[in-house]
Amino acid sequence: MSFIIFLAVGFVSGLLGGMGMGGGTILIPVLTIFTGVEQHVAQATNLIAFLPMAAISLSVHKDGGLIEGGNVLYLIIPALITSVLGGFAAAFLPGDVLRKLFGVFLIVLGIKGLFTLKLTPSKQASSKGGK
Amino acid sequence: MRTVKIKFKSTLAGFLTGAVNGLFGGGGGMVAVPLLKNLLGYSEKRSHATAILVIAPVCAASAVIYIISGYLRADVVIPAAVGAVAGGFIGAKLLGVLPEFIVNIIFIAAMLAAGARMLF
Repeated sequence: MSFIIFLAVGFVSGLLGGMGMGGGTILIPVLTIFTGVEQHVAQATNLIAFLPMAAISLSVHKDGGLIEGGNVLYLIIPALITSVLGGFAAAFLPGDVLRKLFGVFLIVLGIKGLFTLKLTPSKQASSKGGK
Repeated sequence: MRTVKIKFKSTLAGFLTGAVNGLFGGGGGMVAVPLLKNLLGYSEKRSHATAILVIAPVCAASAVIYIISGYLRADVVIPAAVGAVAGGFIGAKLLGVLPEFIVNIIFIAAMLAAGARMLF
């Protein structure tokens, strides 16, 4: 039974991710709020669940010529360093503290989203002609 | 001089994206996309593509830390990953079909509600 619930939760987050929104920012809170999964476990789940999807979308983008080398290593290498440090910090923090921090993060993202929403109310016109 | 500036900005964007994604186990894309767009002047599409390229190895790296810390639960990860792949395909097809403005509002409302629920 829980298999179907986790499948559904993953599906919804993948749906949002596929639409260009942060799938993980939904998967993690849904897992912790509705299925009672511990915060660290939810975060680890999102990290791993993202990988197959990322591989697929990267191959699509690569075919579309959207991925260029160049400066990308200047992004990836520092990101790798801080992601490992961030992972250790998360592992060190108690689950309830991490959960509250995540809540703050979501609220900040939500407020930021409200502001960008005001600025670009009719973006679908430009993004529609994707192919 | 200009390339030094771009490299510096890229490094800064990378540091921030990695830190958020490692600490929160996700959300790196929500940070990376606006940084790539506003700081590095990438187009919307290129920002999304590059964000995934940056976040994929970053997720793998921090996943290792979570796994060695004992937070891997196969009974949660496997169905969630299968669901995410299926949802991702359908989501990509729905892009441009559903009104983006409405979807964004629902997404923002969900983030705010979930954030408040986790905080209190």
